[in-house]
Amino acid sequence: MDDRWAAAWRLLPDYLSQHVLLSVCALALGFAVSLPLAVVASRSPAVRWPSLFAASLIQTIPSLALLALFYPVLLALSTISRRLFGAGFPALGFLPSLLALTLYSMLPILRNGVAGIRGVDPAASEAAQGMGMTGWQRLFWVELPLAAPVIMAGARTAAVWTIGAATLATPVGQTSLGNYIFLGLQTENWVFVLFGCFASAGLALAADQLLGLIESGLAGRSRLRIWGGVLGLALGAAAALSPLAAGHARAGYRIGTKNFAEQYILGELMAQRLDATGARARLKEDLGSATAYRALAASEIDAYVDYSGTLWTNVIGRRDNPGREAVLRDLAAILGRRDHVRLLGSLGFENAYVLAMRPERARELGISTIADLEARAPDLRLGSDLEFLSRPEWTDLRRAYGLRFRSSTAYQPTFMYNALEDGQVDVISAFSSDGRIAAQHLVVLSDPRRALPPYDAVILVSPRHANDARLIGALSPLVGAISVQMMRQANYSVDRTTDKLTPTAAARWLDARIRRK
Amino acid sequence: MIAFDRVEKRFGGRTVVGPLSFEVAEGQFVALLGGSGSGKTTTLKMINGLVTPDAGVVRVDGEVVGAGPLAPLRRRIGYVFQEIGLLPHMTVAENIALGPRLAQWDRARTAARTAELLELTALPAEVGARLPAELSGGQRQRVGVARALAAGPRLMLMDEPFGALDPITRDALGRDYRALHERLGLTTVMVTHDVTEALLLADRILVLGEGRILADGTPRAVMRADGDGRVRAMMATPMEQARRLEALARGSADG
Repeated sequence: MDDRWAAAWRLLPDYLSQHVLLSVCALALGFAVSLPLAVVASRSPAVRWPSLFAASLIQTIPSLALLALFYPVLLALSTISRRLFGAGFPALGFLPSLLALTLYSMLPILRNGVAGIRGVDPAASEAAQGMGMTGWQRLFWVELPLAAPVIMAGARTAAVWTIGAATLATPVGQTSLGNYIFLGLQTENWVFVLFGCFASAGLALAADQLLGLIESGLAGRSRLRIWGGVLGLALGAAAALSPLAAGHARAGYRIGTKNFAEQYILGELMAQRLDATGARARLKEDLGSATAYRALAASEIDAYVDYSGTLWTNVIGRRDNPGREAVLRDLAAILGRRDHVRLLGSLGFENAYVLAMRPERARELGISTIADLEARAPDLRLGSDLEFLSRPEWTDLRRAYGLRFRSSTAYQPTFMYNALEDGQVDVISAFSSDGRIAAQHLVVLSDPRRALPPYDAVILVSPRHANDARLIGALSPLVGAISVQMMRQANYSVDRTTDKLTPTAAARWLDARIRRK
Repeated sequence: MIAFDRVEKRFGGRTVVGPLSFEVAEGQFVALLGGSGSGKTTTLKMINGLVTPDAGVVRVDGEVVGAGPLAPLRRRIGYVFQEIGLLPHMTVAENIALGPRLAQWDRARTAARTAELLELTALPAEVGARLPAELSGGQRQRVGVARALAAGPRLMLMDEPFGALDPITRDALGRDYRALHERLGLTTVMVTHDVTEALLLADRILVLGEGRILADGTPRAVMRADGDGRVRAMMATPMEQARRLEALARGSADG
């Protein structure tokens, strides 16, 4: 328990600084766009209605979806720009998060800006005009100062929304306080989830109070409160951002991970190996399955672990199964030729999609292979992870064995195992390296028709670092070094509900095991 | 100083002013007198371009209003209206200093002018540091006059300037302003619906009805006007009141 709190505190400077940087930039940009727009909109109904409508519409898009949508859009733009100007830009991480959050912050500033300016006493406007002020003088001397408290109230709302929504930047590869929450949810580390909630809520609350101080200062014309709020915000931001200035000079390799325990552990392991050479490595956690490969091919991350079957079916679109060795060999050749991605080698174990059941249920129904399921499936309920049902592997498996289940439900991996244990489902799509298979004594159904491809865990290296001696030197010793038993044990140490290890600690344990061998 | 030449203004197809032609000479104190809907405020606002005429031409100092940018013209004209429009986020001194600030006077000259105007409008010096919300209605209206005079205009436009004040304050402010008009050699056009106020303050009264001039002359001449029935009816009430007050005063003295 103490270990997890300590781990959470250690990560805070990095997560908080990234979170604050993202929120501050998004709010500043949102303010810079929304305020002039509010001025124009307050004068012209032709601008007012469309812009308020658009801002409201954006607000109705779930923030996670908005963040996710910017990735393909930026990727397409980057491809076009690379073709036109020879230079692209990162489609993952800071940029999509910034753009999505900026859009998200606009409505309250815009709406309050319009209301504030239109709400200025007509007598004050008439006096300003009658006195011979130009349009700009009227705006800066009269309208904006009088609307300032209302505009600040909008900025406050925007700040709270943005800081909260910034936790959702984690899945598009931008580190934030959301890393605690996503990581905690995946590994059932509720300490991390709580820590992330408290940290982001605390940050939002602090920003809200300081902006509130400025707002009341503007309303009550108190210079003291205005400057107190501004100073508080500036000092707070500077303190939160200081680790960034220190860390930035040493920014080095970026290691990607997908969103489950094994990926966190292997990501940490690679980062630790790089750190040991004196290089600096940072993790980009919680990447989606498809985004991870594209990010690597675009050199936005430098290395990550993927699985041969996933690459085989999803990245190069093959449906055949020529066998473990052939798949690895062909993948290395095709990825190298097509995307200049280097496949460094297999770590030594498979993390395959398998179907698993509770032993007593399997015995009772007399099922030991997937072929045995064919007749029984119409009475059985399938539980899967969030991806499996939409993946080509599932189509192939269904076709090969003629499977038709009574129902199928998608879960977060953690909850999927719980559902099987509770008897809510009869069969699950498990992962062969998952520690919970051994821990829960599950029966893995064999695949006699070889419908599922092999899933060797392989290290992929980005085109930019394909020949980087330091990176290759640090990661090569991991090739062939991890047995499925070792990986299961490491995974279980993170996934189990009691006496949990953090991924960092599990990676250290795994590293020690590798070196002992 | 001001010349209206066949000026017309229409709102929604209905003519509210004009055709209207008159001139105001330098140094005159002119009252635009009329009931609501007579077009008196619209007429006043065409002088500083807050309202644009649909036909005809308004000239100020020989210059056609609206031919060039309006802001510089307005800075040369003082403007006071019933709602005053003091800027609530600025102190009294800052409000008064707006005109000089627009004319880009230096700091020392502006400060001296602000102090001078507080004195001129009979406001205590310490009022300068207060916010408009802390003043009484009469004080606020004095600040409105001070602000309009700050940049040293020769022409003052006033729209029911004392309309929202109690009768005593109103009378005092009217007389104080009339004295300033003399002392500073101003030209003043004042809109009012109060016949007594117009008769007692102005040199010349233009009586407006439905956007046209019903009578034009000195207070004495207008008071005795025997032409238009509407003008006579307007004058009758205050005259009648004055006679009754006089009788009352005499009666009480007798008794």
